[in-house]
Amino acid sequence: MAHLTPRPTLYGLMAEFDDPTSLVAAANAARLGGYRRIDAFSPIPIEELHGAIGFHHTKLPLIVLVGGIVGGLAGYYLQYWASAIAYPMNIGGRPFNSWPQFVPITFEMTILGAALAAVFGMLALNGLPMPYHPVFNTPRFALASRNRFFLLIESRDAKFDREATQTFLESLDPRGVSEVAW
Amino acid sequence: MAQPLEHPHERLAEADGVISTRTPPVIEPGHTFESVTDKISAIVLTRRTGLGWVIGFLISFLLLNVMLVTIGHLVLTGIGIWGNNIPVGWAFDIINFVWWIGIGHAGTLISAILLLFRQQWRTSINRFAEAMTLFAVACALLFPLFHTGRPWLAAYWLLPYPNTMGLWPQFRSPLLWDVFAVSTYATVSALFWFVGLIPDLATLRDRSETRAGRLFYGALSMGWRGSARHWHRYETAYLLLAGLSTPLVLSVHTVVSFDFAVSLLPGWHATIFPPYFVAGAIYSGFAMVMTLAIPLRKFYGLEDFITMRHIHNMTKVMLVTGMIVAYGYMNEAFFAWYSGNIYEGYMMLNRMTGPYGFYYWTLISINAVMIQLFWFRPVRDNVGLLFILSLLVNVGMWLERFVIIVTSLHRDFLPSSWDMYAPTRWDFSMFFGTIGLFLTLLFLFIRFLPMISIFEMRTMVPEARVDEDLRVM
Repeated sequence: MAHLTPRPTLYGLMAEFDDPTSLVAAANAARLGGYRRIDAFSPIPIEELHGAIGFHHTKLPLIVLVGGIVGGLAGYYLQYWASAIAYPMNIGGRPFNSWPQFVPITFEMTILGAALAAVFGMLALNGLPMPYHPVFNTPRFALASRNRFFLLIESRDAKFDREATQTFLESLDPRGVSEVAW
Repeated sequence: MAQPLEHPHERLAEADGVISTRTPPVIEPGHTFESVTDKISAIVLTRRTGLGWVIGFLISFLLLNVMLVTIGHLVLTGIGIWGNNIPVGWAFDIINFVWWIGIGHAGTLISAILLLFRQQWRTSINRFAEAMTLFAVACALLFPLFHTGRPWLAAYWLLPYPNTMGLWPQFRSPLLWDVFAVSTYATVSALFWFVGLIPDLATLRDRSETRAGRLFYGALSMGWRGSARHWHRYETAYLLLAGLSTPLVLSVHTVVSFDFAVSLLPGWHATIFPPYFVAGAIYSGFAMVMTLAIPLRKFYGLEDFITMRHIHNMTKVMLVTGMIVAYGYMNEAFFAWYSGNIYEGYMMLNRMTGPYGFYYWTLISINAVMIQLFWFRPVRDNVGLLFILSLLVNVGMWLERFVIIVTSLHRDFLPSSWDMYAPTRWDFSMFFGTIGLFLTLLFLFIRFLPMISIFEMRTMVPEARVDEDLRVM
């Protein structure tokens, strides 16, 4: 594919650590050192890490709430419409809109809407599925799903400088620093 | 190597220099990120497929084919090949449906409710318990689907879709509530299970040595790379799913019990049914988890992940829920007498002393008497005995559904309409066939997917904790 402006050949620099504590400390240092386009990769969820890279808020709970409300309303309306409008039928003398009997399905549809919103919302916000990502160009990154912890500073960061950033990352006492190609 | 998990008893014991602790750990000491990852992923990726797996799979697959033959015969001939007929219009088809759905409930309890209660011991059993849920629900769904006789027309009766006369399914019927409850349950369980698998699929992608493996696990893991942003949203989604699954699982068996409780039949029309059914579901489900966990940990050498702590805790859950079920039996008998209603009274008398009385007393001796053995630690320590007892619990819970359904139907209000029920060979072949389907799926699952959650096991090792002084920054 042709690009009008040449892409930078370097996606960023990546430092490798042994344990969660070193990664969180390094991520904090990078953020406090003025870097903004940073990301951290770990084989386990680390509660402290997203705050350390400066990512505090996710819209996901709101999406799930909306999904649940939409699911519940749709579930109720489906029953109301079918029972009171499309084909009203007298069942044991009950009103057409016999709402207590519509509660179970409304409840189930609420859960269904919220659960679908949680899963697909999470995937969408995370940009998954994503078949290609530059971080996988680093051979050692395969260990990010086993026992190693990585800190990435992107070359797009305003403060990024090939030499200075490498020196900075090396000062964090990593196992090694490697380049990440586009 | 330090103790991997903080537990008050363990620390106390460690301080005293005692080697054997009263409460076993949830993961044996000495494990690291590498050892946990390599050990679990090796089962899928590098270890040779054992002869035991091949034989087990073939037997299961044979049983699965028994089911397929049964379904073929059923569709070509009609549901008359089954033994249920008026007045026992519901028999094996609903007994097995409730039995399978109930078994599934333990998986959701372990993955969702125990997560909310921060029960760390759930970690090593949640993955295959969730798989068990999915496969059990798949088996359960086959029964009502094929009881319709013509499943390709079932959409008009089950799904919210009008027939050619413009008539919709009856939303005021518990049977339709059941369709929504069970299909929501199947969907949410599948999503929960798959979301839990994503990071592990990424591990398998990165560790696979074959191109086919990398493509297969790579496609399924969708490019997961363990970014902190992703983990944060992932953990939020997982927690919310757990919070949503908790009321869902309780509602599913409640709605299943409404299939009976909303009717007016003596023996079914009881307000105790929802809690009694939910407890019975969890009880039978834990029995099935135990039935599966004991051979799995033995044959795959997973005793350091599925420790005696898990076995003990599962036994205790079975004891508690079994006692709730036993209380349900007492309640049924008490209210049959206390109602002063001759039909209720006769139903109970018939259940205890009628033609099916043997099955009633068998289920009582298993679900109310035998489980008292679980009070004793030597029993909880005896894994071989627990395997047999948990199989018996499954038998007991199957008999419970048989007794509730058949004895209530076969003698109701009018003696002129009384009759006996006996299953045919096709009832049995369908039932054992679904066991074949269940086991076939389970064998494929343990061969191709990690049966223990790798990333959650990694969070259990001592290195996984971040130092205190970095917690708030």
